[in-house]
Amino acid sequence: MLTKDQIAQRIAKEVKDGQYINLGIGIPTLVANYIPENLDVVLQSENGLLGIGPFPTEDKVDPDLINAGKQTITMTKGSVLFSSAESFAMIRGGHVQLTILGAMEVSENGDISNWKIPGKMVKGMGGAMDLVASAERIIVAMQHCSKDGQSKLLKSCTLPITGIRCVDMIVSDLAVLEVLPEGGFKLLERAPGISVEEIQAKTEGKLIVEGEIPEMNFAS
Amino acid sequence: MINKTVKNAQEAVQDVFSNAVLMFGGFGLSGIPENSIQALLGMDINGLTCISNNAGVDDFGIGLMLQKRMVKKMISSYVGENAEFERQLLSGELEVELIPQGTLAERVRAGGAGIPAFFTPAGVGTEVAEGKELREFDDKLYLLERWLKADFAFVKAWKGDTAGNLIYKGTARNFNPMMAAAGKITIAEVEELVPAGELDPNQIHTPGIYVQRIFQGKDYEKRIEQRTVRK
Repeated sequence: MLTKDQIAQRIAKEVKDGQYINLGIGIPTLVANYIPENLDVVLQSENGLLGIGPFPTEDKVDPDLINAGKQTITMTKGSVLFSSAESFAMIRGGHVQLTILGAMEVSENGDISNWKIPGKMVKGMGGAMDLVASAERIIVAMQHCSKDGQSKLLKSCTLPITGIRCVDMIVSDLAVLEVLPEGGFKLLERAPGISVEEIQAKTEGKLIVEGEIPEMNFAS
Repeated sequence: MINKTVKNAQEAVQDVFSNAVLMFGGFGLSGIPENSIQALLGMDINGLTCISNNAGVDDFGIGLMLQKRMVKKMISSYVGENAEFERQLLSGELEVELIPQGTLAERVRAGGAGIPAFFTPAGVGTEVAEGKELREFDDKLYLLERWLKADFAFVKAWKGDTAGNLIYKGTARNFNPMMAAAGKITIAEVEELVPAGELDPNQIHTPGIYVQRIFQGKDYEKRIEQRTVRK
């Protein structure tokens, strides 16, 4: 099984030179640590910044400079600040090419649930619904199963939906999967030591396995 | 130049009334109107509808207004950092409208810009779309969202002048510019208030036409929610 950092590391391999990217809170934030240095990409923070830099050193902490997770950050060279309306104009307008976010459930037709557990958790959707409704490409970082072993890759989501037919790829702790436009999780890669049978057993939605499925390769 | 200056937060907020609709700039605790919130806490008003991306934390920001039961309804996109909020919501004491962050920003922008409604893809197929008009444009579904306006909008800027022109700093800008335009009465507090003419007109983010009152703020705590540093 992959650690959170390994999930982030694998997702980073999907990043392409020249992309504007929005990273969600949690594992997606870790992706920034693994983007190869020879790629020029710009990270968007939906609270109004293009050009997220590393976390600040203690003496550079600025309460007026935070990311969408409310963490203190720095800015890269060439960064730009703007309002929340401008920020979501970029997102809705399709100018942010890649969105990476977490999920509680994904269905085989690409629906995603990640904002609410009725009666339990009422934190709100933040910018997730805007992001999933408009991004060119959406990659989800998630655990394949819940703590009690229930599959989170489902025929249809059981939790309130965040967006419909929007997820393109999933990197879980067990596998890399493509969500096909016609429906179904196409298995692309296995986590080291994880068998196709195990992934099949832990995927409730339709799993498509074609030919030999390679193990993930973490060498770059 | 019209002089919008008032003495302090108390004078600025004195006519806020019970059951009013209020807007508060800020994302998390960054860029929130700390002085105005403090002044509101000293008033005997309740039944307020508060429009703000977040609801503060338990002991700071709008969280303090929740503790005092001044708020009837919150309109927000994310309220995760506030246990008292979650308690009042789950027990039904507090009415809450959770809306996608981009939709919130655009509804406020629309309110200030005189656009009564617009179509957005955010929330299509979710419970956010319940009861709203859906329409297809170029093979994609969108839902109709209405503008938001307020009786009072509270904004916080880095610098401002006596004419109400404002400049923000860093990501503390967030919802402040749109809210400034969407308030019937907009009250701006600034870290540095200068005479009209001293700010470079090229650098102003919010034109003073949107601001009715401005005051020099004081004692900013600027609390950080997630202090994250590298070695």
